[in-house]
Amino acid sequence: MLTLTHFLTLGTILFSLSLTGIFLNRKNVIILLMCIELMLLAVNMNFIAFSRFMGNMDGQVFVFFILTVAAAEAAIGLAILVVLFRNRQTINVSEMDDLKG
Amino acid sequence: MSLKTILLLIPLLPLAAAAVAGLLRNQVGRAGSHWVTILGVAVSFFLSVYLLYLQIFQGLETQNLSVYTWMISDGIRFEVGFLIDHLTVLMMTVVTFVSLMVHIYTIGYMAEDPGYQRFFSYIALFTFSMLMLVMANNFMQLFFGWEAVGLVSYLLIGFWFKRESAISAGLKAFLVNRVGDFGFLLGIAAVLYCFGTLDYLEVFGKASGITGQTVTIVAGFQWQWITVICVCLFIGAMGKSAQAPLHVWLPDSMEGPTPISALIHAATMVTAGIFMVARMSPLFELSDAALSFVMLIGALTAFSMGLVGIVQNDIKRVIAYSTLSQLGYMTVALGASAYSAAIFHLMTHAFFKALLFLGAGSVIIALHHQQDMRFMGGLRKQMPITWLTAWVGTLALIGFPFMSGFYSKDAIIEAVHESSRFGSHIAYWAVLLGVVITAFYSFRLLYLAYHGEPRYRVDIGAGDHPPNGVLQHAPHESPLVVTIPLILLAIPSIAIGYITIGPVLFGGWLSDAIQVLPQNDTVAAVGEHFQGPVAMAAHSLGTAPFWLMITGFVLATFIYLVRPRLAEQLQQKMPGLHRVLENKFYVDELYQTAIVRRVLNIGNELWKKADAGLIDGVLVNGSARLMGTLSARVRLWQSGYLYQYAFVMIVGLIGMVGFWVMLK
Repeated sequence: MLTLTHFLTLGTILFSLSLTGIFLNRKNVIILLMCIELMLLAVNMNFIAFSRFMGNMDGQVFVFFILTVAAAEAAIGLAILVVLFRNRQTINVSEMDDLKG
Repeated sequence: MSLKTILLLIPLLPLAAAAVAGLLRNQVGRAGSHWVTILGVAVSFFLSVYLLYLQIFQGLETQNLSVYTWMISDGIRFEVGFLIDHLTVLMMTVVTFVSLMVHIYTIGYMAEDPGYQRFFSYIALFTFSMLMLVMANNFMQLFFGWEAVGLVSYLLIGFWFKRESAISAGLKAFLVNRVGDFGFLLGIAAVLYCFGTLDYLEVFGKASGITGQTVTIVAGFQWQWITVICVCLFIGAMGKSAQAPLHVWLPDSMEGPTPISALIHAATMVTAGIFMVARMSPLFELSDAALSFVMLIGALTAFSMGLVGIVQNDIKRVIAYSTLSQLGYMTVALGASAYSAAIFHLMTHAFFKALLFLGAGSVIIALHHQQDMRFMGGLRKQMPITWLTAWVGTLALIGFPFMSGFYSKDAIIEAVHESSRFGSHIAYWAVLLGVVITAFYSFRLLYLAYHGEPRYRVDIGAGDHPPNGVLQHAPHESPLVVTIPLILLAIPSIAIGYITIGPVLFGGWLSDAIQVLPQNDTVAAVGEHFQGPVAMAAHSLGTAPFWLMITGFVLATFIYLVRPRLAEQLQQKMPGLHRVLENKFYVDELYQTAIVRRVLNIGNELWKKADAGLIDGVLVNGSARLMGTLSARVRLWQSGYLYQYAFVMIVGLIGMVGFWVMLK
């Protein structure tokens, strides 16, 4: 029998994966974006699980919103990425330190 | 035109002219600037004469008009207003007349100066300030005029601001006047404290109410309030009218152009102190102690400054010391309660001293700005008009019978003789011996400049900056714009005393402004013997002042005309006396060591330690440096890598959530 704990654990695993991806990735900005998407999905998983087990549909409505926003964000993020690449000829994360003090 | 309009126009026209000549100097040009200022001052002069006409022939009463209330604070009104009585109108007429003459003269004197418009703007502004001073009906406006004339005086002494000496002379005049003004301000504050009002007439009305009231300033000493007020006010007059020991600025002020030496430092501004004391006569009359102080200061100035004038070689400085000495005479007269005699001498002195200064200026132009009398001589042939007017001025100054100076000076000497106040004996001898000195230095100047053999040489190929005593062109008479003011000033220098001594001095013309207690009325005592100006002149032939004047004349003639080498021999015989006089009794040196140097040292220390060290070093630059050091450390935390920022965020988030969970 699948319980709420299983779903929350899955969400946590997904979230931790994406977090690790953000920290460890030094090469590719695309992977950064994918990690962020994954992070959102982990959150979605929590929403759906809570919604299902509490018998309240609000959480699932939220998931739709988040998916829409995530799609828009991905489009913009990739567009920025294209411009970034045109300007710098690279998408290497460790070279992007313009904010260094 | 109503009276109020006329009274407003008189000071405001010169102000407007000053604004036009100063602010629109490029638009109006050189000719425009002198036309507009001369027109403004001329209209002021004619309006003043019209007021005088109204007073003489229509019996115009004393007018006390309030024009504008600036503010009312704690029941004290600060107003702009005019008190128009005989004293005021007399001063206004004298000021505007001399100012008009000086304006015209300036066209010639400053013809080649690049600061032409600026100069006209300043002297018109001065006329405005001086008129505000004399027309005031309250202490605040008096103080405004007082400071405004001081400011213009400063600007004009330092008119040639590229000269080091002119800048420091201007600064000196300003600072010494500040000492006097401090006393003046204290005096006004004391008036306000005692009477609760700044209006002249209200103060004079309440004046007798505070006799007997005392104040303790230094523990153990009781002072009469009225004496404190009068002495403080007189300290202001000492600064402005250059009485010893605050006289040091006036000789140095000769660094300014000659027209302003005539207008400001001889005829009008320096007499503001005399005018003020005469205006305050209802207060001064109540304090014998203050009047004794006034008389002794005046006597000291009249005698000692004349002595210094004997050894000066700069033609303008001789006249400056003469002015100091004559101001001393006026102050002595004030101290002897002979206020009207002081004002009378002020008036005659304004004419003949302006004449002497302008004449000296005419010589200076002719000799291409040579002011040293050792390089003059024999100018009577080349400059007959200047020479003749200089004779007129000199005779008036030494008090030759029938000349204007004779009547005013004799009246002062007689009044001091009548006075029985403490110090009047010393003052009497001082002014009496002053007559010899006056005659001596006046004729010395006349002989050295205009008589004898020329001590300069004309050399056409001498270049643009020839050495002392060498001229590129032979001197010649000055243009008409210079000589006409000289002639116009010579007329009152001769006649004004003869015409006006009867009404002004003994006829009680000034009695609506000047109040003298009956027991102090020295002028009235002198007036008992007065039987018309001719009789007075005839009578003087048998009196001491006349023969003392002749003594001075004979001495000067013998030493400087008959035996020109005698002066040098005398100088070598008495080196000590000569050195003391040459160095003006070492007053400047005394101030330099006792005050100026110490103040400068304190200032230097404060500048280095407090300003540069504490304020600039620690507070301003210190805090900037602290921020710099701190941020140099902190900026290292900014790696610029996104993942590190994200990591910090997550850690922070976890920390916050953890903290929140723990709290639950």
